[in-house]
Amino acid sequence: MDTGKFPTARLLRCYVLEAKYEFLRLLRTPSFVLPSLLFPAMFYLLFGVVLGARRGGGELQAYLLATYGIFGVMGVALFGFGVTIAIERERGFLTLKRALPMPPGALLFAKLAMAMIFAAIISLTLATLAASLAGVVLEPAQWALLFAINVLGVLPFAAIGLCIGSLVSGQAAPAIVNLIYLPMSFLSGLWMPLSVLPDAIGRFAPVWPSYHLGRIALAVVGRDGAGGVLGHLGVLLAITLGCFLLARRQLAKAEQSGPG
Amino acid sequence: MHTNQTAPVAELRGARKRYGRQTALDGIDLALRAGELTALLGPNGAGKTTAVGLLLGLLQADAGVATLFGQSPQELASRRRAGVMLQAAGIPDASKVGELLELTRSYYADPLGMAECASMAGLENLLDRRYGRLSGGQQRRVQFGLAICGRPRVLFLDEPTTGLDIESRQGLWRAIRTLIEQDCAVLLTTHYLEEAEALADRVVVLNQGRVVAAGSVGEIRAHVAQRRIRCISSLTPEQVAAWPEVRHARLEGGRLQIVVDSAESVVRRLLAEDAQLGELEVERAGLAEAFVQLTREAA
Repeated sequence: MDTGKFPTARLLRCYVLEAKYEFLRLLRTPSFVLPSLLFPAMFYLLFGVVLGARRGGGELQAYLLATYGIFGVMGVALFGFGVTIAIERERGFLTLKRALPMPPGALLFAKLAMAMIFAAIISLTLATLAASLAGVVLEPAQWALLFAINVLGVLPFAAIGLCIGSLVSGQAAPAIVNLIYLPMSFLSGLWMPLSVLPDAIGRFAPVWPSYHLGRIALAVVGRDGAGGVLGHLGVLLAITLGCFLLARRQLAKAEQSGPG
Repeated sequence: MHTNQTAPVAELRGARKRYGRQTALDGIDLALRAGELTALLGPNGAGKTTAVGLLLGLLQADAGVATLFGQSPQELASRRRAGVMLQAAGIPDASKVGELLELTRSYYADPLGMAECASMAGLENLLDRRYGRLSGGQQRRVQFGLAICGRPRVLFLDEPTTGLDIESRQGLWRAIRTLIEQDCAVLLTTHYLEEAEALADRVVVLNQGRVVAAGSVGEIRAHVAQRRIRCISSLTPEQVAAWPEVRHARLEGGRLQIVVDSAESVVRRLLAEDAQLGELEVERAGLAEAFVQLTREAA
């Protein structure tokens, strides 16, 4: 009865349940599941397997395996954070969660875990397609590294999503996320190699966060030099921290702005 | 005056809160005690939700203090003994009722059992349903279930029965009474004065961020000395309205309705002037009249 102590095991259970039900809830939301799980696989089948087969060589197949993985990861992170946070903030769910004795950061943890599970599913789907239909051959370490990059790659885009979710309305959020997600994917060479796109797009590509994550994934499959990896990691880390802090400030400001 | 003089479970002292240039609470005191239901009444914008927000640590007071079990409401340990139902819950549509309950129960040290909680909130047949597919009244019951699932020692209910049908409302009242019997402190904000009348040990009336009256339901009603007389009579409202001590008179559904300062002399004269007068009723003005008068006086 006395509430001074709350066992650690019980505390952990809060985090696990929060994550489990966040995952199940989004799994039941077709507007989230269908685009985020199907689009990367569909695009890869179309551009990597069907069109790539005519070119042969396996280079394009490996390139697109890396970049569509990043494309998928961006989707779950941006939508899973940007859209859900905007809606939950606007409808008062975040306020209810703050009023309840939810352990600190449990909701953020839950969303991160949910996005990482979806990222893992996308990564495994693409790997299966690549290995079976596209004939991509990689070392076990390369497969493992690619998987890890996909799962951890959720972080910078989750932070960007959080930032969007803290700023825009629930109604506007899906449109705004799409407006960032789709052009950014194209312009950073995730849909097709930058080498086949106009020069100007290639020169501007380092502006986009997705470019840097894409380069790291490409380095793993041998389609980009490994020399730049640290620099790309630094950029991603800065984006993650910057967006996270900005979002936190914005959410704190919104909390004190009036009843509701 | 009050049976319970123990330390308050939750308290606001001199609490002040502004949003920009608008003052939402202008230095109010409020104390919630174990086993007592306090109804917080007031027109829209009076500061009721802000008061709840301060007591739950959702908002920071600009001046004064808010405490929950003697500590800051922002302490997790103090909120683990509180249950809450806010006006807007914003619960995601795709979550299932049972999942919401299980998750919220996990936040508390000694929660109610799943079955007990479902039965108290009337959710027995809804546990497998998605929140978004429930009716408005069922959704309110889910929110109430989430509020009580942690066996709270203090319960905050911000307009809990808005949108509920009569049967659900009475079920909720029963559950609230049970909790009070178990020594829970309850803060209820409501637009339904009959709800405050039915449940409240204490009533606090807020207007424009200030407490304009506080006391038992009887004490608040006593602020209004008026009585209301109803009868069937051949006298016209115009005739009666001209009498001294009559505030106003009108016909409603074939009956004469007279609001008076003192009933006795008016009743005597009615009976004297109309020998056929029937169906005579005299009643004290309810909380509704008191409320209207109090908030009008304060404005």
